[in-house]
Amino acid sequence: MDDALSLVFVMLAATLRVATPLVLCAMAGLFSERSGIIDVGLEGKMLMAAFFAATTAAVTGSAWLGVGAAIVAAEVLALLHGFACITHRGNQVVSGVALNILAAGLTVVLGAAWFARGGQTPSLVGEQRLMPLFFSKAGDNILVYVALASVPLTWWIVSRTRFGLRLRAVGEMPLAVEAAGISVAWLRYRAVLLCGLLTGLAGAYIAIAQNAGFSRDMTAGQGFIALAAIIFGKWRPVPAFGACLVFGLLDAIAIRLQGVRLPGLGEVPVQLIQALPYLLTIFLLAGFIGRAVAPKAAGIPYEKER
Amino acid sequence: MPTPPMEAPPAIELLGIDKSFGTVRAVKGVSLRIESGTITGIVGENGAGKSTLMSILYGLYHADAGEICIDGKTVRIEGPRDAIARGIGMVHQHFMLIDSFTVLENLVLGAEGGPLLAKGMAAARAELARLGRDYDLNVDPDRLVADLSVGEQQRVEILKVLFRGARILILDEPSAVLTPQETDRLFRILATLKERGVTIVLITHKLREIMAATDRVYVMRRGEIVAERRTTDTDPEALAELMVGRKVRLDLDKAEAHLGEVRLKVEHLSLVDSRGVRLLDDIGLELRAGEIVGIAGVTGNGQTELLQVLAGIRAPTGGSFSVCGRTVDRAHSCDPAEMRELGVAHVPEDRLRQGMVAAFRASETSILGHHHEPPFSRNYIMSNPEVSAHCAQLMELFDVRPRLPGLRSDSFSGGNQQKLVLAREMAHEPKVLLVGQPTRGVDIGAIEFIHRELVKSRDAGCAVLVVSVELDEILSLADRILVMFAGRIVGEVEQRRADERTLGLMMAGAGAG
Repeated sequence: MDDALSLVFVMLAATLRVATPLVLCAMAGLFSERSGIIDVGLEGKMLMAAFFAATTAAVTGSAWLGVGAAIVAAEVLALLHGFACITHRGNQVVSGVALNILAAGLTVVLGAAWFARGGQTPSLVGEQRLMPLFFSKAGDNILVYVALASVPLTWWIVSRTRFGLRLRAVGEMPLAVEAAGISVAWLRYRAVLLCGLLTGLAGAYIAIAQNAGFSRDMTAGQGFIALAAIIFGKWRPVPAFGACLVFGLLDAIAIRLQGVRLPGLGEVPVQLIQALPYLLTIFLLAGFIGRAVAPKAAGIPYEKER
Repeated sequence: MPTPPMEAPPAIELLGIDKSFGTVRAVKGVSLRIESGTITGIVGENGAGKSTLMSILYGLYHADAGEICIDGKTVRIEGPRDAIARGIGMVHQHFMLIDSFTVLENLVLGAEGGPLLAKGMAAARAELARLGRDYDLNVDPDRLVADLSVGEQQRVEILKVLFRGARILILDEPSAVLTPQETDRLFRILATLKERGVTIVLITHKLREIMAATDRVYVMRRGEIVAERRTTDTDPEALAELMVGRKVRLDLDKAEAHLGEVRLKVEHLSLVDSRGVRLLDDIGLELRAGEIVGIAGVTGNGQTELLQVLAGIRAPTGGSFSVCGRTVDRAHSCDPAEMRELGVAHVPEDRLRQGMVAAFRASETSILGHHHEPPFSRNYIMSNPEVSAHCAQLMELFDVRPRLPGLRSDSFSGGNQQKLVLAREMAHEPKVLLVGQPTRGVDIGAIEFIHRELVKSRDAGCAVLVVSVELDEILSLADRILVMFAGRIVGEVEQRRADERTLGLMMAGAGAG
């Protein structure tokens, strides 16, 4: 009985640990996409944030400065995305992909130049990392709680505030927002900035809480998984959170099943297990979730004067 | 000592407004004066600059030159926010409503009354109820806009303007999407508003509405005000002449129809989309050679889908239709190319997206669908000289201006685009001609021409099916009128026995009885 309970606890903790960056990232993308700005650059922002978090923490010795640096790094990319897509009405997908490539390359180049460890940052210890708050085995550092809090907070902002109403409106029909006397660009910039803030936290979590330092491409597609979670959640915070937990659980199971011999199947190949979340993504996206209706104006640059 | 009587300043005065888009001068030095508490009409053809002028007043565009005075004071209007602050509200032709929002959410957008919604929404709910009582504009605040009828959506737009405390209301082509009954109701609402001192500007190209609703009318042509009249001192013919710049005949001379064999027979046709929505429901109709059958109805009642099915763009999910000897049903579908081979020509409703390729040259547009046939193409190689010559010939026949086969298709005006598409479809002497919205976005001069061509084609023995939301057009063109509502044909009337009232009731789904 005790064993079962502790297994549940361990699995739950593992799920939350893995899901935390996904949740933060999904809420980030949700703000951006509800405002009509598609963000495939979640991954890049998170990676850049992870790199600067680890670098700053290593250099200054403070995890908190690391978090701050992560947010600044993600915001810079977010603003670049905004500048390209909002101010200059560029293609949002192209801009997002470009930012991903930029982040993947820049982190490795800077890492190699600064630390000469093949793109890795030095291992972080003690004060340089965010440590668990209550249960040392669960890895429940502050950002896990922030991620949990971000879900109701996002829901509340989107559905109960003036900003949320306008955010939803601008993602559906920017012309109506303009006609109501509200600035479309400023609204979308604020959404993109919120997105930067949350991806910054996600990146910091990966580099200085979940791991002890930065290694190249350490976000490993989690930005895209978060994007998938947004779609499963039909651009709503709570269902998107649920999707993140499912991905987290799968990942936690995958880690647990590694090397385990299952009766009748033999040892499950590690690769197959690790591929599970991605396979699920493809299956679900291929139409198992019913019709997901995206914000109508998502991806379309807003031009006032024709 | 009594103060001398002061003349109230005009609600709106525009002085020398000028606006260009690129090289096109859309509004040329327009000055006008709109008295407080009146209904003023601005009439003109499509592209005459009416909407642009009002968008400038509302701050959506910035004038290149000129001055705007509200209540006698010169003001700068940088954006809609300024206009709203000056008490100007606008009901746009394409509603500025968010489909997935409730009525209340749409109402408060931009006037939420604080950073948190709850309080403002409660106040707005009370205010909405008051406005609804005062102006007879009742709409359920909690319904989704997507579930409202077009007439109700328009009422929400008007409520939005009143909610912001506007005293000047601009309506851009308000009746374009309404049934005649809904239009009447709109005009009653406008009259009530006028009684309460609201100044109303009505932009329209429908002369009947100008006559019915306005006190004064300005006529615009090619970006200029060409006339100003008191409505009681003028009549539709005079206004039409002012709009076009020459004499226009609003009625259409038409000989008796000589009916031939049945070319198109539709039986129990239905169409259900992937979400299970029934778009067409048990449609039955017959179309004979030598007649024009008109399908009337408010937009979105299945007319678009009916044309698509008959043109082979979509396959029916039930029932069948036979055209020129070929039967099409669910199991035996037919694509548009086969339809064309059978002698079915189609002028689609959405001219820019389905009738032509916007970025193609006019010459290329003029052969779309026949591009693989000689002499335009031999051994998979296109012959540009042949194509251009063909296009030039069509342009001559259908008076397409400018006569430049090399010009991009979307550089032509709506009327000329339509003439080009019509010319292409008629060039191959079709047996059946399907026409969707023949004169949408087309100027009066071209309307006359297109109507005459359709009648000519009928007289030459073609079977013509016309779908239009313009009831006037259906009434003057069609020999027989069918009315569609909610995917069904709800009524059939001979032209000589048709009148607007009964058709309007059918269009609103009140049944054929």
